[in-house]
Amino acid sequence: MNMGNALYLPTCLCDPPQFHNLQELRHSASLANKVFIQRDYSEGTTCRFQTKFPSELESRIEKTLFEDTVKTLNNYYAEAEKIGGQSYLEGCLACTTAYLIFLCMETRYEKVLKKIAKYIQEQNEKIYAPRGLLITDPIERGMRVIEISIYEDRSSSGSSSGSSSVSSSTAR
Amino acid sequence: MKNCEYQQIDPRALSVSPSSAENHIGKRSQRPRRKWEVFPGKNRFFCDGRLILARQNGVLPMTLVLIVVTCGLFFAFDCPFLVEHLTVFIPVIGGVLFVFVIISLLRTSFTDPGILPRATPDEAADIEKQIDTSGSSSYRPPPRTKEVLINQQVVKLKYCFTCKTFRPPRTSHCSLCDNCVERFDHHCPWVGNCVGKRNYRFFYSFIVSLSFLTSFIFGCVITHITLRSQAGKSLIQAIQESPASVVELVICFFSIWSILGLSGFHTYLIASNLTTNEDIKGSWSSKRAGEEYGNPYSYNSIITNCCATLCGPMPPSLIDRRGWLPLEEMIPTASTSEMELPTFVAKNDAHMCTQSTKGMLGRVVRSLDFHELCPPGTPKTTPMGPEGSSSVALSAQPSASVSCAPQPTLQSVVTPCPHFSRINKRDSLHSTNPAFRLASPSPSLSRAGFVLEDAPEVSFVPLP
Repeated sequence: MNMGNALYLPTCLCDPPQFHNLQELRHSASLANKVFIQRDYSEGTTCRFQTKFPSELESRIEKTLFEDTVKTLNNYYAEAEKIGGQSYLEGCLACTTAYLIFLCMETRYEKVLKKIAKYIQEQNEKIYAPRGLLITDPIERGMRVIEISIYEDRSSSGSSSGSSSVSSSTAR
Repeated sequence: MKNCEYQQIDPRALSVSPSSAENHIGKRSQRPRRKWEVFPGKNRFFCDGRLILARQNGVLPMTLVLIVVTCGLFFAFDCPFLVEHLTVFIPVIGGVLFVFVIISLLRTSFTDPGILPRATPDEAADIEKQIDTSGSSSYRPPPRTKEVLINQQVVKLKYCFTCKTFRPPRTSHCSLCDNCVERFDHHCPWVGNCVGKRNYRFFYSFIVSLSFLTSFIFGCVITHITLRSQAGKSLIQAIQESPASVVELVICFFSIWSILGLSGFHTYLIASNLTTNEDIKGSWSSKRAGEEYGNPYSYNSIITNCCATLCGPMPPSLIDRRGWLPLEEMIPTASTSEMELPTFVAKNDAHMCTQSTKGMLGRVVRSLDFHELCPPGTPKTTPMGPEGSSSVALSAQPSASVSCAPQPTLQSVVTPCPHFSRINKRDSLHSTNPAFRLASPSPSLSRAGFVLEDAPEVSFVPLP
């Protein structure tokens, strides 16, 4: 049990590094842990994610920010899967054309998915990447989970990051 | 002994994605590949991944031939007579129905039925951890089910050993395609594909239009023969004049009942928002579960159920078939998965395989230093052992000195657990060859340099 967790850097001990760019974050920090936000099935099989705040993120991000993100995502998915006039119209139209229209028309779901991808990108850049976190779009994980990667700065081993990396670069 | 049963799920297998870590070196020189080329399920893909079909699809050509031959005979031998004696609309209606049937059939067969992609190694490891911590201290392995509340009703989610996840509600694993399919209805050999969330509406339009087409042809052929026999000839003579009609009559007679029955059955299923799978299992039947338990997914209105199933929003395909496989990121993913896998292995077998964790940790360090940083000619002083686990984390930093030299003492640790020995053996096969290590410059070297240049900019954000 202990050994298993010790393989990761204990997140609470290190200050989260700040990154301004997603690419920079991916390349210059090492992946320490991943948190998975599971689906919430209480209202049926429509896509919803649990808003429970995972304890692994406690030292990294404020609870309200995280909850805002998940709730916004849930609202987007609810919009995509809403059953109403527009979806019926779309469905009936598709049915009369033997569903061939799906080949050339972008469905509402796809439009919302693009919005979600944009939103996640934006949130990553504004909120999550500076805290050493990165959200993966749920569509890449089969809509089962929101995957949040926790990154550690490679050179934060107790000594300040700047000095240790400078010393190692001179050693090189 | 408690955990060796548990090892039936080989953690090593979790990382066995089609692009397994072992041969990534060789793959680097290959052309970029799309995801469908390494798809783990038993499917066939056509048109560069645009079309998907089950691997066992021998009956689909038969379905097509049957429909095309019957309609061909009808248009060739019955229609001219019927146009002459009745109306020109008969071949028109027949043609429209035929086109609709064929399009629906092809749409059903070549659409992704709603396949759930398998869990990534990290996700699977996370689920394993959850199962392990929630399990009691009994000698039995923890049950691999999870209970969730759906519309105030308890539903059990089963763990899928192939996909390494808990199957979402209404999802079932198709043994023929080897995929978990959302809102799984059934595997239909006639269309050569599973019928699930994404192609159920196509399937339904196929069987409904096919039942119309069959009834239409059946009626027209009977009319044709009747008209011929009324024109002063006997029934035998009429049949002799148009023998093709008899063939159509036989085909239609035998297929119409099953098709009509199937359409009726699926209409009932749609009206009550059920799937064939749930209906056969009787998941929500009142006899089994008591009066108050109905179908939790039903909207309690026949019209809403129909509309939601047939005209609801079309969900997207979750397997990104035409996406490119990430070539550069293959190595970092491999190293992270290797790093995380021993996490729960070590946890499970902490009591009996303490000795072997040494080897495991050594392996982690080696895989780390191999993948992450391999500065040429750095001296090595990495302590090993269970207490050395912190050094595993430390070794990811440039300040900690880690070597690229093989460590024969650690590889030869005799392990009491066969599972571990296998891993070590496999691992030592490909990662401890010094010539290999020296000859192939670590692809992350450039990345390490990048780190060093970037690192001074790193600052810290104070938490509120």
